[in-house]
Amino acid sequence: MKRTLPTILATSLLLATALAGCGSGSDAGGGDGGTTLTVYAAASLTSTFEDIAEEFESTHDGVQVEFNFAGSSDLVAQIQEGAPADVFASADEANMAKLTGADLQGAEPMAFASNTLQIAVPPGNPAGVETFQDLAGAGLNLVVCAPEVPCGAAAQSVAASAGVELSPVSEEQSVTDVLAKVTSGEADAGLVYVTDVIIAGDEVEGVEFPEASAAVNVYPIAPVADSANADLAREFVDLVLAQVGQTILQDAGFAAAP
Amino acid sequence: MPTWIYVPAFAGAIFVLLPLLAIVLRTPWSRFFTLITSEASQEALLLSLRTSGTSTLLCIVFGVPMAVVLARTSFRGQSLLRSLVLLPLVLPPVVGGIALLYTFGRRGLLGETFDVLGVQIAFSTTAVVLAQTFVALPFLVVSLEGALRTAGQKYEVVAASLGAHPTTVFRRVTLPLVLPGLASGAVLAFARALGEFGATITFAGSLQGVTRTLPLEIYLRRETDAQAAVALSLVLVVVAVLVIGFARQGKGHL
Repeated sequence: MKRTLPTILATSLLLATALAGCGSGSDAGGGDGGTTLTVYAAASLTSTFEDIAEEFESTHDGVQVEFNFAGSSDLVAQIQEGAPADVFASADEANMAKLTGADLQGAEPMAFASNTLQIAVPPGNPAGVETFQDLAGAGLNLVVCAPEVPCGAAAQSVAASAGVELSPVSEEQSVTDVLAKVTSGEADAGLVYVTDVIIAGDEVEGVEFPEASAAVNVYPIAPVADSANADLAREFVDLVLAQVGQTILQDAGFAAAP
Repeated sequence: MPTWIYVPAFAGAIFVLLPLLAIVLRTPWSRFFTLITSEASQEALLLSLRTSGTSTLLCIVFGVPMAVVLARTSFRGQSLLRSLVLLPLVLPPVVGGIALLYTFGRRGLLGETFDVLGVQIAFSTTAVVLAQTFVALPFLVVSLEGALRTAGQKYEVVAASLGAHPTTVFRRVTLPLVLPGLASGAVLAFARALGEFGATITFAGSLQGVTRTLPLEIYLRRETDAQAAVALSLVLVVVAVLVIGFARQGKGHL
């Protein structure tokens, strides 16, 4: 009946690790015979990469592409912690540099698309925003990304090169958060990417401004080192760079890589 | 108590404690003080303490009467009302944020009213307090209602029969009886407000010194400096431990 404390502790530890292990298997591959290619891609690539994956699966029998869409810095942090990614597509070069800095790339990263900023306003443009200078107007609820995230860094450099001092009411975590503040009408204007305005459809209007060319965001892609599916990973990257992938991306509003 | 019960109990404890240990192990001690004393960190911590304190006060002001009504009366639909009022307990905070947006936002139910009054709630510290109060209120109500039911009405009845006014009974008998329950409820509410993230980021936005509380600062910092995020996480853990420790000292039944 009497059990020693070490036995209890050891059993508990075992149980705890078993518990912790519960969630980790889900990314690790289908297990039903087919091969799973795991692609970590920036959230802004969601719809385009799903289309590209469909093309990829149609030419690769038994291969399934699984995605992890999130902020690029989250993704690169997960890969650095050993997440089982085969391909990494980043929304900016800084986060790809973190991957190559840790020597985790399977091949040299390639630029595959670019994106520029646009002003998003609620339908009807109630605050009458026409130019980038209008964003500095008093009493305007402007929402941008925080400088720590790519879209915020782009906003900062555009503002600097245009010589406009922006005083946003909020610096959001992601471009999706900025867009949500505009679609809900809380913000009078937000700085997002051209592609986000297109995805949002009727919920927002886009206002183009020439100063946007000061910050062109380049999207790089690379296979991840030590991928169990290195060949497939390379083929997926090739498809993104090929005409098929490029057409899908440009239909969604992305510009070609510089 | 059967001996085997220690096994799952220890497993559970380890499951909770191991991640905390992991944070301590990953904390960049050499830069720790530089990281947590940066202006952004300080402002986030102060804002968090200030807004959580205000929210806790609001929770007490509205939560105590709510708990008393729920514990001391019975009427048709009371249990349904209780479930609805306690909904933020189980609701994902993001949903709470969206709900608040559609209530207090510029285009929300009450938005126009506030607009007329010249008050803008969106993107203000008030919005943070509202979000925190919304998610924390049920914690206070639940624990206080439990305490009120456990305490029973004996002493209240006696006091009333001796001619005490209901307000006097409430002030001199009911409240002192459930003070420990109220204290632990307030601590829970404070802790919940301190950790509030989802409703805040959805409803209030994120601006240093205005709406960017410590959890939001931690989340943002991860983008550029993961070590700084870890250091700030540890600060939040320490504050939480202090709050709970303080409550236990104060004889609270936690």
